[in-house]
Amino acid sequence: MHLRCTDVQFAFDLVMPGSYIGVMPRRDPVNDPLSSLRSMLEIRRFEEAVEELFSRGLLHGTMHLSIGQEAVAEGVCATLQTGDFITSTHRGHGHTLAHGADPTTMMAELLQKNTGYCRGRGGSMHIADVKNGNLGANGIVAGSMTIAVGAALSQQMIGTDKVVVCFFGDGAANEGAFHESLNLAKVWDLPVVYVCENNQYGMSMSQDRSTAGGSVAARAAAYGMPGETVDGNDVEAVCLASLEAVERARSGGGPTLLECITYRYRGHSKSDRNLYRTQEEIEDWRDNRDPIQRFIGKCVEDGRLSNEQVTAAESAARESLRRAVSEAFAAPDADPADLEGAAYA
Amino acid sequence: MPTLPIWKALHMPEMMRYAQAVNHALRLLMSADERVFMAGEDIGVYGGAFGVTDGLLDTFGERRVRDTPISEEVIAGLAVGAAITGMRPIVEMQFADFVVNAMDPIVNQAAKLHFMYGGNVEVPMVIRLPGGGGTGAAAQHSQSLEAWFAHVPGLKVVAPATAQDAHDLLIASVADPNPVMVFEHKLLYKEEGPVEVRHTTEPVVQLGEAIVRRSGDDLTIVAYSIMTVRALEAAERLEDSGISAEVVDLRSLRPLDIETVRASVRRTGRLLVTHEAPAAVGVGAEVVAGVVESDALDHLLAPVSRVCGLPIPMPYAKALETATIPQVDDVERAAKELMNA
Ligand SMILES: Cc1ncc(C[n+]2csc(CCOP(=O)(O)OP(=O)(O)O)c2C)c(N)n1
Ligand SMILES: [Mg+2]
Repeated sequence: MHLRCTDVQFAFDLVMPGSYIGVMPRRDPVNDPLSSLRSMLEIRRFEEAVEELFSRGLLHGTMHLSIGQEAVAEGVCATLQTGDFITSTHRGHGHTLAHGADPTTMMAELLQKNTGYCRGRGGSMHIADVKNGNLGANGIVAGSMTIAVGAALSQQMIGTDKVVVCFFGDGAANEGAFHESLNLAKVWDLPVVYVCENNQYGMSMSQDRSTAGGSVAARAAAYGMPGETVDGNDVEAVCLASLEAVERARSGGGPTLLECITYRYRGHSKSDRNLYRTQEEIEDWRDNRDPIQRFIGKCVEDGRLSNEQVTAAESAARESLRRAVSEAFAAPDADPADLEGAAYA
Repeated sequence: MPTLPIWKALHMPEMMRYAQAVNHALRLLMSADERVFMAGEDIGVYGGAFGVTDGLLDTFGERRVRDTPISEEVIAGLAVGAAITGMRPIVEMQFADFVVNAMDPIVNQAAKLHFMYGGNVEVPMVIRLPGGGGTGAAAQHSQSLEAWFAHVPGLKVVAPATAQDAHDLLIASVADPNPVMVFEHKLLYKEEGPVEVRHTTEPVVQLGEAIVRRSGDDLTIVAYSIMTVRALEAAERLEDSGISAEVVDLRSLRPLDIETVRASVRRTGRLLVTHEAPAAVGVGAEVVAGVVESDALDHLLAPVSRVCGLPIPMPYAKALETATIPQVDDVERAAKELMNA
């Protein structure tokens, strides 16, 4: 079954809830848009807070913001269950939150607190919550792509029905690990869903200049797996594509490659003067194709959400983030006394 | 249940090759724990490039003895992913040299995850790496790269010299909750030695335990892997010249059992370190530093000496290769010089 997203409502109903016999996704942007809206707003507010804390000198190190890309994280993670796995990237706040992380514990990690996910040892680029299925953000481009293979192999060997979603960027698709990972995942038909978050740049390098063939999804054909290009700023479209891929992986049908086209509004990291793209380009994406505004506009227009609900969701997200930040600030700092021997289990 | 031959039941050692001893350990580990599986290039029907995994496919099947594509990065990476999700992978680099293609999963992932993720995950994986020279395979199939990995916090590194240790250290490595790099030596695979085949996976040797292979009074020779064998032979010859050499086999390079070395040096007053890898920034340097950082320094009667591989890529021609790798003669000569110093 190959779903097209021309009639989202119809397609979604087709796959769920009626005919869907697998594990139920945890959120449903089509039939319960509020839950996905909340999730995307939570990500956006979280990252805006990170940005602000950074600019006020309250965060150190570096951070990579996914503002503008929330629909990919939410659209995919909405289709997962607790217990499913994700591997994430350096730009991983969105994946992490959408897969169920606690914003306070995340913020505590960024604020160098002992109560953070990694007790202050990891920071923004390394947030992981393995027991809850987040195998970790990764500072190495494509670094988690081979790890995803192993995690999926575990599921196959142990005989669970869990799937592994492997998030990666357009830049990562040009690493050798991408090839080795996809090849072996298909050779062994492992339950992996590869999600390329194509924000069209790897730092300053545009996809046009870096990617032979011009498409990441097209590479799926080389590995004999389904590949699909999705509007990554349309949370419902992402969700539908992911639903199908996740179901395929869960039912033993092997890996899928999804390429979600999106855009990052902010610089690559804290030190980016945006010399490689125009202000017009950034504004065009931000003002005309923002995934959250688009989703709100559509849902309000077709009556799935009221303006009051949207306003309430926005203030709830702001309020809960404010609480997370103040709780995180109050937590004890990471403690150097714990470092000795800490490299080994 | 099949009855064991009486000598097995009594845990009597039997003579077997180093490669066979590894094979026996793999069998034991695979039989004892469903979570253990193997992956690597040509480890199935081919039996591994050096025959180490011979017959394991027949016993355990394709599900657990997994031939992979020629993809070292994903071989190491899948071990990381499987290890953090409940399995106990033992993967193989066909030659230690090829680990260069797998550095990210080992150095940036396996070694880091436990720490970087706040202690919330363990990475119990083992990588077996057949290394070393002397086979005429030249520069890209002969290296001793163990020091690279011993340098990385989060990794453990072992390099067994005997068939028994190849057996026991593999068992200990799989029992360990950390990533362990097991450097086997290609020339040792065919060497026979007495092996007490273990019947439980409870480690008999701990990682980080050196062993005194031969006691002596005049100097301490520290070695590991194949250089242990050469050091022991040199010690025999030195005996004929009236020199009593103690030979310490490090076995583990990280953690390093420096206390055993220090204790020996305190008694003998002389230290010679030998390994096949080049000297510069190597394990020998670490051993020497570990000695002089302690009161063992006060017992030194002579400067320390290192007998290591020449700092060149491994040459092909036999005469060149032999000149590059430390031989028994080299150890013997250096020991005598040390005695005259
Ligand atoms: C192996 C490796 N090479 C280079 C880098 C530096 N780097 C970090 S992110 C990045 C761009 C990655 O681009 P992409 O995969 O498209 O992800 P995006 O940043 O766009 O989310 C680069 C070059 C790195 N972290 N790891
Ligand atoms: Mg990108």
